[in-house]
Amino acid sequence: MAKTVLPFGPQHPVLPEPLHLTLTIEDEIVKEAIPKLGYVHRGLEKLAEIRDHNQMIYIVERVCGICSCLHALCYCQGIESLMGLEVPSRAKYLRTIWSEMHRIHSHLLWLGLFADAFGFESLFMQFWRIRERVMDLQEETAGNRVILSVNQVGGVRRDISAESAQWILDTLKTVEKETLQLKSTILDDYTVKLRTVGKGVLTKEKAYELGAAGPTLRASGIAQDMRQTGYAAYSELDFAPVVETDGDCYARTTVRFNEIFQAIDLIRQAFSKLPEGELAVKPKGLPTGEVVSRVEQPRGECLYYIRGAGKKFLERVRIRTPTFANIPPLLDMLPGCDLADVPVLILTIDPCISCTER
Amino acid sequence: MFMTKTILKNLLTKYATRLYPFQKRETFAHSRGELKIDMEKCILCGVCQMRCPSQCIKVDKQAKTWEVDPFSCVYCGVCVEACPVKCLYQEKLYRAAVAEKDMVMHVQQPKETAEPAAT
Ligand code: SF4
Ligand code: SF4
Repeated sequence: MAKTVLPFGPQHPVLPEPLHLTLTIEDEIVKEAIPKLGYVHRGLEKLAEIRDHNQMIYIVERVCGICSCLHALCYCQGIESLMGLEVPSRAKYLRTIWSEMHRIHSHLLWLGLFADAFGFESLFMQFWRIRERVMDLQEETAGNRVILSVNQVGGVRRDISAESAQWILDTLKTVEKETLQLKSTILDDYTVKLRTVGKGVLTKEKAYELGAAGPTLRASGIAQDMRQTGYAAYSELDFAPVVETDGDCYARTTVRFNEIFQAIDLIRQAFSKLPEGELAVKPKGLPTGEVVSRVEQPRGECLYYIRGAGKKFLERVRIRTPTFANIPPLLDMLPGCDLADVPVLILTIDPCISCTER
Repeated sequence: MFMTKTILKNLLTKYATRLYPFQKRETFAHSRGELKIDMEKCILCGVCQMRCPSQCIKVDKQAKTWEVDPFSCVYCGVCVEACPVKCLYQEKLYRAAVAEKDMVMHVQQPKETAEPAAT
């Protein structure tokens, strides 16, 4: 049969965000995929010229609604190293706790959306029901549900009291129990396996070559996690990257599913070691010089390049988000797959297009 | 048949959702909601205007007014922390939906007990 060119997106029932792919298909088999980005470019990096470096924290948080806290954390770490600030260790632990809460809610959100992508709507509801508990934890401890605004240059803005800590640990126990109950449904179900096992394989070599990030990378058997670099309090906590070796959709789902439990464990460790002390140090001076700051977001490695010239306004802020890194691997996965599997494949890289286009 | 247990359990447990307009969720003690001001205490220093990341506050010293665009406010709470006299505060609930956009303007009334003129 002759080749057909099919525009996929930017509006598509399965995509929460506007990604456009021009698919060339032959007999319902994808031959080639060409992406087109730029539908939700907001110019947030440019705002650094008219908002000072403290106001920028709240702007970079809005790059992504799902990993807001980690964007602010990455940015603050960069500014702190430019100013030579040493963050108090209680603040480091609290940053870790909020980061991991973000990871849990992001992965639960993704598992829900993924279930929805192959038409399993009741599973979608189940995951989001559990996620709501984590959102409550965030609202109580940070003040807002989604955009936490807890980081500031030099530390954190809020403390977590002992009662809140107990409540968080209790709620996490419920979250853990309820998520485990869904394990057999998402990982052992016959239909789910049919849609995921062996689909969209990304080999270890390709993943490395194309610079995949986060769960997409780890599902291909590369144990690389930015948290191993030991920012915030991660150097004092005990964890190993969650790795799978198959590199297919199923492996990527398993990695994300297991990372929820890893995150819960990290929060427990962090609370058991939480030191007393200051929440923030007072920043002195203005950011001078250039720095690259990296954190591990739920979707993978996020990178900030910041250059300051000793002024209130920064000269340049450049944000490289994990989805941007995961688009080349996606283009590698698509050729050869069924047209019907395209939505599922796209979702397994956990695309966040608003992030990518900033 | 392996679903029977789940079905029975779901029939016997409570709803996971709320019947919203009739049953509202309790707000959390530390939530950041609608921004309010105690205009009598404000000294019109303009710090909040300077710090606000979305630049939605306008303070006019001459006219003694403090104005906020509630549609631009992102509930970050920076102004609340920055205010030197702590006259700003946030409600626990976000602002309710309205039909028309408007600014929230507060005018400081001249003080009743006029300060004794410097002699
Ligand atoms: S910072 Fe406080 S005192 Fe100063 S203008 Fe704003 S509200 Fe008024
Ligand atoms: S809460 Fe934040 S966005 Fe709203 S007025 Fe205050 S500083 Fe501005």
